[in-house]
Amino acid sequence: MLNTDRKPLLLDFEKPLADLENRIAQVRELAEENEVDVSDQIRDLEARATQLRQEIFQNLTPAQRLQVARHPRRPSTLDYIQAMTDEWIELHGDRMTGTDDKALVGGIARLEGRPVVMLGHQKGRDTKDNVARNFGMASPGGYRKAMRLMDHANRFGMPILTFIDTPGAYAGLEAERLGQGEAIAFNLREMFRLEVPIICTVIGEGGSGGALGIGVGDRLMMFEHSVYTVASPEACAAILWKDASKAPQAAEALKITAQDLKNLGILDQILPEPIGGAHADPLQTTEILKTALLENLEELTKLTHAQRRELRYQKFRRIGMYTEVPA
Amino acid sequence: MSLFDWFANRRKSGATQKDRQEREIADGLWSKCPQCGVLTYTKDLRHNQMVCLECGHHLRIFGDERVRQLIDQGTWRSLDDHIRPTDPLNFRDRKSYGDRLRETHDKTGLTDAVLTGLGQLEGLPVALGVMDFRFMGGSMGSVVGEKLTRLIERATRERLPVIIVCASGGARMQEGMLSLMQMAKISAALERHREARLLYIPVLTHPTTGGVTASFAMLGDIIVAEPKATIGFAGRRVVEQTLREKLPDDFQTSEYLLEHGFVDTIVPRPQLKKTLAQLISLHQPYHHTPAFHVPDTLPIKTMTPEMTPE
Repeated sequence: MLNTDRKPLLLDFEKPLADLENRIAQVRELAEENEVDVSDQIRDLEARATQLRQEIFQNLTPAQRLQVARHPRRPSTLDYIQAMTDEWIELHGDRMTGTDDKALVGGIARLEGRPVVMLGHQKGRDTKDNVARNFGMASPGGYRKAMRLMDHANRFGMPILTFIDTPGAYAGLEAERLGQGEAIAFNLREMFRLEVPIICTVIGEGGSGGALGIGVGDRLMMFEHSVYTVASPEACAAILWKDASKAPQAAEALKITAQDLKNLGILDQILPEPIGGAHADPLQTTEILKTALLENLEELTKLTHAQRRELRYQKFRRIGMYTEVPA
Repeated sequence: MSLFDWFANRRKSGATQKDRQEREIADGLWSKCPQCGVLTYTKDLRHNQMVCLECGHHLRIFGDERVRQLIDQGTWRSLDDHIRPTDPLNFRDRKSYGDRLRETHDKTGLTDAVLTGLGQLEGLPVALGVMDFRFMGGSMGSVVGEKLTRLIERATRERLPVIIVCASGGARMQEGMLSLMQMAKISAALERHREARLLYIPVLTHPTTGGVTASFAMLGDIIVAEPKATIGFAGRRVVEQTLREKLPDDFQTSEYLLEHGFVDTIVPRPQLKKTLAQLISLHQPYHHTPAFHVPDTLPIKTMTPEMTPE
């Protein structure tokens, strides 16, 4: 996992940066051939590259963030779980549907000595894996497995940590037949019933109801370049603009970035990413996530069951913007 | 009169007759069934709860008409009419959301896509929410979420059953993530209502899709649907695109959901009120209307038959 020696996959807005890095390599090569000292020049160029990277990643548009959030090398749920836990046993199946959904994984882990239940959407690492994982689009069986594991956590007093990374719940014939809507709805309600701490983190793409189906918690965190949408910008553009190519405008209008959601009172905490995005330094990103999870767990563990449930209720109760005109 | 003139006259008089017919449809004197095309005297149609007398097709009805059909005359008290939508994202697609809200309000007279209130249904007190498809496709934004949440919270306090008549395309995209979160907010209120052992019955009408299906529409203790309504999570076209194959004709209909175990019963509209009354009264075994008031503080285990007032 977390393989960083592969050639980086470039996003279009990273091109100027790649050009600059190529130039550095060229200068270095030339210098070696001609045996001249260009270390000053290289240092300058590298400083410029760092600065450029910083500038690019500090000023990403929502559509660009969406690209980072969907980056094929972005660390996935299992990457984070394996990197931050001392022990991990994946558990399978919802005991109902007769399948095990590979797009939504979960199990019991030990995090800094403490047993917790972790679960999340799982995208594939390559095309073949992605087909098996259904691109992280969970089926009713996945949501029911998640609920089964969360109930288990509740029974044994283990906190629940969920990781959100999905384009959306699977829209297929089988998913509809098995009650995709009911499966998500059931989780929404039941997650308010649970007494153990729940922390939800959007690690990549938060796609609508498919994300919310494991997204009800005491805390909602998001990585800096993650996005969370009511409908994918592509779908929104097709419906409202009647033109799928208007997706960048839709991404802008829908307010899908971590900062937007913080402003709207939906998000509790933004987790910073290394310059260049989570995939640029997965281990550092894991540390950031782990630290935030432990800090929040410590606070939440101090509360009683009733306090946590009340807090969770009030957290969602407040969300919404409307006016009240005098009668 | 030549034969030609005779034809010309006939065409003309035919045309005026057609004019008159259209005028009468427009006046609302006659209504045409969109399913079978049969014209019915609107009064008769209304008497039959807007269900075609010829083919049984359920014509679309809206908030106020639904309340009139379900609630005993003179008992309706609407709630939270003063909650109005805003444009929190300053959203603009081809038109601004603010303009859309104003235009929809001018056209329909509605302030948003749900009516909520308290009333009696065959003498049984209920908390009723009715979604209105005319207002931006019955989409769920902050106002729908807030009004339904307040309704459910009030029903929990006053120990009333909740009925929500669903008709919605899903979350309102123009309010972005605020809309999505209303699904969780309403579900939270329903969790408390449920924990208080109170009855919740959603009535699924055409169409019930998207975020509404993935939240309160599917959370009923008992789920009732009108015949042949479209009910589903993902839109039919989206599913077709995903699969690249034709779907069964009855896919995502009330009948399909009944067959697959996600709906308890399909009730034709003319029987809806009676059925709801029956369901509610079956859950109140110890007393008849009006329901006696159990204070909130009373633990549930003390609600035994001995408590029944004479």
